[in-house]
Amino acid sequence: MEKTYRHSIPFVYKLLAGFLFFLVMFVIAMLFGAADTTIRDVWLAVSSQAAEEKISLIRDLRLPREIAAIFVGAALAIAGAIMQGMTRNPLADPGLLGLTAGAHAALAISLALVPSASSFVLMLACMIGAAAGAALVFGISAGKKGGFSSLRIVLAGVAVSSLLYTIAEGVGLAFKISKDVSMWTAGGLIGTSWSQLQVIVPCITLGILLSLLLSKQLTILSLSEEVAVGLGQKTTRIKILLFFVIIMLTGASVALIGNMTFIGLMVPHIVRTLVGTDYRSILPMSALVGASFMLIADTLGRTVNAPYETPVAAIIAVMGLPFFLFVVRKGGSALS
Amino acid sequence: MVRLYTSDLRIGYGERLIVKDLSLKIPDQKITAIIGSNGCGKSTLLKAITRIIPHQSGAVILDGEPIAKENTKELAKKLAILPQTPEGASGLTVGELVSYGRFPYQKGLGRLTKRDVAVIDWALEVTGTKEFMHRPVDALSGGQRQRVWIAMALAQDTEMIFLDEPTTYLDLAHQLEVLELLHRLNVEQRRTIIMVLHDLNQAARFADYMIALRDGQIVKAGDCEEVMKPDVLKKVFQIDAQIGRDPRTKKPVCLTYDLIKGEAK
Repeated sequence: MEKTYRHSIPFVYKLLAGFLFFLVMFVIAMLFGAADTTIRDVWLAVSSQAAEEKISLIRDLRLPREIAAIFVGAALAIAGAIMQGMTRNPLADPGLLGLTAGAHAALAISLALVPSASSFVLMLACMIGAAAGAALVFGISAGKKGGFSSLRIVLAGVAVSSLLYTIAEGVGLAFKISKDVSMWTAGGLIGTSWSQLQVIVPCITLGILLSLLLSKQLTILSLSEEVAVGLGQKTTRIKILLFFVIIMLTGASVALIGNMTFIGLMVPHIVRTLVGTDYRSILPMSALVGASFMLIADTLGRTVNAPYETPVAAIIAVMGLPFFLFVVRKGGSALS
Repeated sequence: MVRLYTSDLRIGYGERLIVKDLSLKIPDQKITAIIGSNGCGKSTLLKAITRIIPHQSGAVILDGEPIAKENTKELAKKLAILPQTPEGASGLTVGELVSYGRFPYQKGLGRLTKRDVAVIDWALEVTGTKEFMHRPVDALSGGQRQRVWIAMALAQDTEMIFLDEPTTYLDLAHQLEVLELLHRLNVEQRRTIIMVLHDLNQAARFADYMIALRDGQIVKAGDCEEVMKPDVLKKVFQIDAQIGRDPRTKKPVCLTYDLIKGEAK
């Protein structure tokens, strides 16, 4: 007999509902766009080898792009959730704390130095950059006693991010690769190819699986450092592991689509209102909601001003900024 | 019998020494209260004994072994600590939070076993928190919340429970409620309780053994009759205290006190 201590609706049903919502968003994302598409076309594109123009368009352009949206959305949402839990900072987000900027700078530098770099090398570079960005932000904000106050970290994040963006831009100009770099900066899902996905999807999948394995430890850590140690957690080891997971997820995401702020901030907060503050529930739910969110944003991006594209990053930012301000106003209590 | 003691314990942050060469014994199956003024090192001492922070030299010995060498999870089965006013992740339900007390006993993804469920149930029952088991922790009052955290420490099923100022921010009735709960656990379950307390009279009323600290060193350790004395309180708090007797509990109480002025420490 298994007895659980949970909210009224069992988590499994909530997860199932989340999954259905995600599926619907996926279908919608596949159907709407510049070219008229029917469910039958999508089905053919996925299941057959049919080579009609319309169908291969779906297969080679829209499908990889939506798959990228799904994985990046899930990765960034989980990375944000882990960061919020680890730092107990409701404003933590890979975009706000210098990780994506670091990855972005690393991307520019590697494109400049090794123009022919493979997706895999670029992804590694992005991960290293993300780690460096995070190290800078935490290094700066940890300086004095008083520790990691929420706003101080965000301020450090803004400062470090601008520095890193400037570096990326400078490198872009100096090596005359601004255009290549800005393709990523715009946060584009445009031009996602199957070959990129082959490298990045396994990495993100691994990161998500690891995060789920660590979710219980994360909840304990999110209670407080002292409580975690008191319960017998080896906190340093767990924090290092979690940090690697964050770096993996963020680095891979940036390598695929460039900057994307706010999704990691927003999604976990929305998820908490749905499933509570146990990370065993938050993480899987964040993955689903994050993926759905990116699908919505991308669908909007393709349809709002068709036939022109509106950058996904812009759409996410438009939705995310009010949310950010809301969390700032609510202060620390927003964590729960 | 003494299961837990420290020898020449030295604790500090960087250059700053908080606790200097402190040796003390924690009596088994008793309630011990650590008292002292702000910044005297009592919380630091509590954290070092429960290895939440490391010590610089000396040793904390539990059952003949230094705790520094003990496996963290094994140690968490022997002693539980309730830090001062824990706050994080208060959106967890009471049941969820208390069930995390079973963490040291779980392996891998760790589903709750029958034994876990039984202990959690008992912890909720004995702290009177079962009725709001499905409510989020932050929807509770301060006193209820404190009892929930105590329930989590109880779910750890340890023989020793450490508490850092368990009555802070509670009103008088709720303070007493928490202390009586701890007293009951000590009497009925023979748990060893070690807590930092601010209130002298509460310490005298509930503790079997009192440790008075000043500048990271023991001024006096013993039962309340030995510690609740004007000369001890003078050294510990720089106060001129008048000690009387509680008409109900017959324990010593500090009736009134004045600051001692113009006297060098």
